[in-house]
Amino acid sequence: MLTVTINEQELRVNEDATVLEVARDSGIDIPTMCFLEGISAFGACRLCMVEVAGTSKLLPACATKVAEGMEIHTDTERLRSYRRMILELLFAEGNHVCAVCVTNGACELQDMAIDAGMDHVRYNYQYPERGVDLSHDLLGIDHNRCILCVRCVRTCDELEGAHVWDVAGRGKDSRVILGMDEAWGSVETCTSCQKCAYACPTGAIFFKGSSVSEMQHDPAKIRFLANARQNKEWLR
Amino acid sequence: MPRQVDLNEMATKEQQLQSSHRCRVLCCSSTACLSSGSGAMRQTFEEGITAMGLEEQIQVVPTGCMGLCSQGPVVKVHPKGEEEIIYHDVNPEIAKSIVKQHLVKGEVDVPHMLSADIPFFTRQTKIVLANAGEINPERIEEYIARGGYQALRKALSEMTPESICQEILDSGLRGRGGAGYPSGLKWNLLREAKSERKYLIANGDEGDPGAYMDRTIMEADPHRVIEGMVIAGFAVGAEHGYLYVRAEYPLAIQRLEQAIRSAKRNNLLGKNILGSNFSFNLEVRIGAGAFVCGEETALMASIEGRRGQPVLRPPYPTKRGLWGAPTMINNVETLANVAPIIERGAAWFASIGTASSKGTKVFALTGKLKNTGLIEVPMGITLHEIVYDIGGGIPGGRSFKAAQTGGPSGGCIPAEHLDTPVDYESLRALNSIMGSGGLVIMDDQDSMPEVAKFFMEFCMDESCGKCVPCRTGTVQMYQLLDKITQGRASAADLALLEELCDLVKNTSLCGLGQTAPNPVLSTLQYFRHEYLNLLKEGVVNHA
Repeated sequence: MLTVTINEQELRVNEDATVLEVARDSGIDIPTMCFLEGISAFGACRLCMVEVAGTSKLLPACATKVAEGMEIHTDTERLRSYRRMILELLFAEGNHVCAVCVTNGACELQDMAIDAGMDHVRYNYQYPERGVDLSHDLLGIDHNRCILCVRCVRTCDELEGAHVWDVAGRGKDSRVILGMDEAWGSVETCTSCQKCAYACPTGAIFFKGSSVSEMQHDPAKIRFLANARQNKEWLR
Repeated sequence: MPRQVDLNEMATKEQQLQSSHRCRVLCCSSTACLSSGSGAMRQTFEEGITAMGLEEQIQVVPTGCMGLCSQGPVVKVHPKGEEEIIYHDVNPEIAKSIVKQHLVKGEVDVPHMLSADIPFFTRQTKIVLANAGEINPERIEEYIARGGYQALRKALSEMTPESICQEILDSGLRGRGGAGYPSGLKWNLLREAKSERKYLIANGDEGDPGAYMDRTIMEADPHRVIEGMVIAGFAVGAEHGYLYVRAEYPLAIQRLEQAIRSAKRNNLLGKNILGSNFSFNLEVRIGAGAFVCGEETALMASIEGRRGQPVLRPPYPTKRGLWGAPTMINNVETLANVAPIIERGAAWFASIGTASSKGTKVFALTGKLKNTGLIEVPMGITLHEIVYDIGGGIPGGRSFKAAQTGGPSGGCIPAEHLDTPVDYESLRALNSIMGSGGLVIMDDQDSMPEVAKFFMEFCMDESCGKCVPCRTGTVQMYQLLDKITQGRASAADLALLEELCDLVKNTSLCGLGQTAPNPVLSTLQYFRHEYLNLLKEGVVNHA
């Protein structure tokens, strides 16, 4: 066991734990977007950055292991301002129109923006022209709502073992692709397991047939599936 | 089974061959000179010499870069036992006249001659580039004739891995890729790592705009890099190495592959090198055009055949790198310093440079200068000396405005800091960096917001797209800079830009994003008035 302090609160924690794990175990919430329990940490959204005494660098809570005597601050003015800016950047990057979105009211991006008090976006809306793929029988993806957290990519690879998803392009032109950059419906390796739809934090991946506000994701199911065998939990 | 070689015998044989000619004509065949026609120039020399029946007496040698790239193609005529004469801007016509005048009659063709004692040459100290422009990079014999692979022989027969690492540590050599991490410390980290497999990688993914130091080293003296890698491999206990070179360097790749083949043939690579127990294999891996693959974790992903995208550190590569094994990544120029250090000793190397920055640094000198090209200078030389002595000053009666170091990760240094010594700490104190060696000189006509915009566009295009601040922040910053340079921006836009600089610098995942705002921050620090002049109805004030 190690001793760390998070926001002046002293905690006894497990050695192998990450800052995010010990914080959440103690009821301290750190916002995350690309992190999803059950799959590997990716460290890309930069929303979970925390301040650690002794280093001028901010560290991603999802991938930083605790160390003896670590003094961590998760909710400073500076961090709140960075988080808000990152959220604004995400809203400006894609085409996020809540009013017509299948996941309106159940969207992690939307929830986080509300929590951060993001009432407007100061950056240039990019209005990218991105496509929608409805070629799969059950599922669809609207790239306009994708924030490139790649939870779908990691879930498909690590849990389903199908690795149907991946990322193509670079920088602002990055996008998730299916198979060899094919229409979803023609990707033979897709098992239609729907885990990507459970994992997606926004309205990007959805069950076909859902209308505005009807799409419910189930990210907790990913954690359940990842641990089911180990915990011998066969039913949820 | 590779033959056992006697380095001294090979060297003597080659020296005899060279001295059997009364004159050597060294034709620069680096990418820069080849693009300005040095291929045709060399052919003219060869044909002219054959026509005169002098091919037994005069040897035409294709070489690597001689440095003065702006005046290429460059040719060096070196009569045995005499001073060498350098000719610049040699087209086939001039080559013909050099053959007629100089090679046949023995009279120097004065109009195209470049004196060897101009400051461009005399102010340089060549360690890394000692063989550049002197040898044919495609013949291992010429490298060996100039003492090549003697350091490797010494390392394998007279030294231990510990003593080699100690020698590198004592020499004060620091990483030449830009960050300046002490190489000896890195070597020791890998040497002490417990693992059956270890890997060594030479980072030749040089990508800063205007920088071509590593390309030149690999093109001009590939064996120097290979020798450094074998010594490093022995010192850290790695038996497999990769030379990661960007695909845009076809000539460097070709010469490295050729050099690897001939090193293997001569038992300088492969099994039981020079009869020792040490074996080392080396492979060239070619990048696919992504700047971010110079970042070490992205580079390793690329070698493994995955998407070239940085991953979180720790674990650092020396702990878990390529295919999970401890891995050391050194820059090409760093490795090119190894053989001279081993051969001549740490004390000799440490005697060059400043207290904290030892040895020399190769710079690609570009921009508004009379002489542009590739230079190697001792650490601690002032920018003033580089610009006015070596570079020959600013042409067209213009005045010096700023020097940009470190490319898209670096900053600019204004005229009032021209006397700053060039070393890692001094440049950092000015909020610039040593960087890999790009040095762009700007005159009073250049607009600094335009410079910042140029580098931001580069970072935006080269962002891998993984982390949000870099992927989207660079786009926003570029658009704000575009708005500013077009005179359409308000003070609020400038504030937004500065806020984004702070965010991207502090929250990005890898060095690309963390340093992407540097050109903006640095131009704002020294040339804020140029930004202010551009706000709303403003115009650029060049005065």
